[in-house]
Amino acid sequence: MTDLLRTPLYDLNVELGGKMVPFAGYEMPVQFAGIMAEHTHTREKAGLFDVSHMGQVILSGAPMAQIAAAFERLVPMDVVGLAEGRQRYGLFLNDAGGILDDLMFSNRGDHLFVVVNAACKQADVARMKAALEPAVTVTHVEDRALLALQGPEAERVLAAMNPAAAEMRFMDVATLELNGVECWVSRSGYTGEDGYEISVPGDQAEALARALLAHEDVAPIGLGARDSLRLEAGLCLYGHDIDETTTPVEAALTWAIQKARRAGGAREGGFPGSDVVLRQMAEGAPRRRVGLRPQGRAPMREGVEIFAAPEGGEPVGRITSGGFGPTVGGPVAMGYVPTELAAPGTELFGELRGKRLPLKVETLPFVAARFKR
Amino acid sequence: MKYTEEHEWLLPEGDLLVVGVTEHAAEQLGDVVFVELPEPGTEVAKGDEVAVIESVKAASDILAPVDGEIVEVNEALTDNPGLVNEDPLGKGWFFKMKPANMSDIDDFMDEAAYKEFIG
Repeated sequence: MTDLLRTPLYDLNVELGGKMVPFAGYEMPVQFAGIMAEHTHTREKAGLFDVSHMGQVILSGAPMAQIAAAFERLVPMDVVGLAEGRQRYGLFLNDAGGILDDLMFSNRGDHLFVVVNAACKQADVARMKAALEPAVTVTHVEDRALLALQGPEAERVLAAMNPAAAEMRFMDVATLELNGVECWVSRSGYTGEDGYEISVPGDQAEALARALLAHEDVAPIGLGARDSLRLEAGLCLYGHDIDETTTPVEAALTWAIQKARRAGGAREGGFPGSDVVLRQMAEGAPRRRVGLRPQGRAPMREGVEIFAAPEGGEPVGRITSGGFGPTVGGPVAMGYVPTELAAPGTELFGELRGKRLPLKVETLPFVAARFKR
Repeated sequence: MKYTEEHEWLLPEGDLLVVGVTEHAAEQLGDVVFVELPEPGTEVAKGDEVAVIESVKAASDILAPVDGEIVEVNEALTDNPGLVNEDPLGKGWFFKMKPANMSDIDDFMDEAAYKEFIG
């Protein structure tokens, strides 16, 4: 694993017993105590995740209105209307409306702060530089770590370090002093639970992580449980549930496209792929991402083909994420099916080891979100 | 008890062979959430995929260690697959088979050799 990068928390992850695996070019902990226990701990108390492999980018160097207007030409989101101190979920699209990456962006007063996926970050930075510079300065922030503190006890834990953490609502962002260090904090996450994502200077990250872990309710959580938590929460994993071949309409992500950018909106279209996306929003798309619940106990994982009938016929779709949902207590999955088969309750079949086993379309999320709105 | 390179343990019991996965395998798999067992009466050849074990992480196959016939399976695993983690060498057994030749197991590793094998 000599070519792999390490996050500022690498030594701590190893010290805590993390089983390290290659992920998106980094050596990351896939588990500590065990995926099931970590998953449950996060749902019941608070889990601490090292997500420092993700890309952090600052867009600055111009008045905010100008930065926002420029960034709006790259994403189908309402950036201009995003209030200071607020964050939104975003998507980079190609000209065919295919998803190049999903991201979070926030208005931090004099700059936009963008967090992108690890595997896509170099391409995303290059894309933003090409499109925005020189009018807007694109800075890839590589000297900061990113921690996520997730779970029902996250607020109590973080508020003990700084009471202002409790004042934040879901998708608020703020600069908070934590453990004596200025951190960029958002109230958001990737588990369906309440919680925070914390950008901290790399050389201060271990001290902050240790301070958080000192709380009896906080345990370190690996990528394995991060995946089962987000799957139960119905959240997409880039490169699996969404990629260049899926549009936001197919991926059931149109909720992320605000009114201002839709047909008839104040700043309709004008983003890569807008022709395709707006047409699909009006006319529908041929397929749709749905929640799928295997009716037996066998997990159905990514790649399992979906059929409309117990015998014969061609596959109608494919599972893009699947596994065992510890909170659900059974197998859960997501995948794409033809729109006419996408209604909740529709009975389908997944082919597992040569056998077609029943599968039911289910409304996402599998586990209700517990955000503090 | 004998051990295979696929991390199965084999325990002769009269003219039958009890088969399960080792503690090391159970640990590597992580929390087991589903086990698919063969039908008793199935004739199997060495290397056949006879059972499937799914953990939160991934699916793995359990292979027939020798030629023979499956005579009994551990139904308790269907309802409680976690037994594989709790007691891999005991209550977490997978199946009993009648080997075509019990001497076929002689070539497998003993405990000392297996310990060396897993390092």
